[in-house]
Amino acid sequence: MHVEIVSRGFDPWQELRSYQDRSLPAQQGKYGATAVFVGTMRDFNVNDQVLLMTLEHYPGMTEKYLTEIYHKAAQRWKLLDGLILHRVGELRPNDPIVLVAVWSAHRSEAFEACRFLMEELKSHAPFWKKEQLKNGTRWVEKNN
Amino acid sequence: MLHLSYCEQSNDAWDKYSVAVKTIDVQVRFFASLRERLGRAEDCVTLPRGATVAQVWDQVSGGEPLPDNVLIAVNMEYAQSEQPVQGEDEVAFFPPVTGG
Repeated sequence: MHVEIVSRGFDPWQELRSYQDRSLPAQQGKYGATAVFVGTMRDFNVNDQVLLMTLEHYPGMTEKYLTEIYHKAAQRWKLLDGLILHRVGELRPNDPIVLVAVWSAHRSEAFEACRFLMEELKSHAPFWKKEQLKNGTRWVEKNN
Repeated sequence: MLHLSYCEQSNDAWDKYSVAVKTIDVQVRFFASLRERLGRAEDCVTLPRGATVAQVWDQVSGGEPLPDNVLIAVNMEYAQSEQPVQGEDEVAFFPPVTGG
């Protein structure tokens, strides 16, 4: 599995392709299901147009937390592999923010684990977003 | 009251001294809007042995009550304010997380 905090723009589809080619050959023929979530920055939040977003994290704890929740998910749903990439730094609307992908034998584990990972990430992973609006900046106060 | 913090020191003499006077040094970190509000990303406090996270907060905030929505991590694991801290621990305080 691979967890990475990425400080420059990435293409989630290319990363997925490249991870699948590079790291999954050992699992070829074993995974029947791949579930993927990609989060992308929008240009609008709570009635305001967002021009730019800065994503901060807690170096060390963020990676540790994401790795731990993957291992929790892998035990609960028997996953074969997983990939979590999350941006930090400056983002503009339409930039990918996060990629979560899991591979498993069957679809119900893949769907559920992917959902679980995203919900845990949103609730507990130490990241903070600061938005640049037309008339100033604000910290996003809580996740949806 | 003279407050001395030897957080930057790390040597045998200081270690013996701190054992004798029963104090511990704790590294503190702040993130996001809390960092902006407190005006610093890091701090270091010297506390009596057996101190808890709540006492760390008390010192870094100048006696402000710990807000309900401030999250705590000790050595990069989530923790509660009642948790005791040990020498060289890293205690982080931060607002609700908003990743993803």
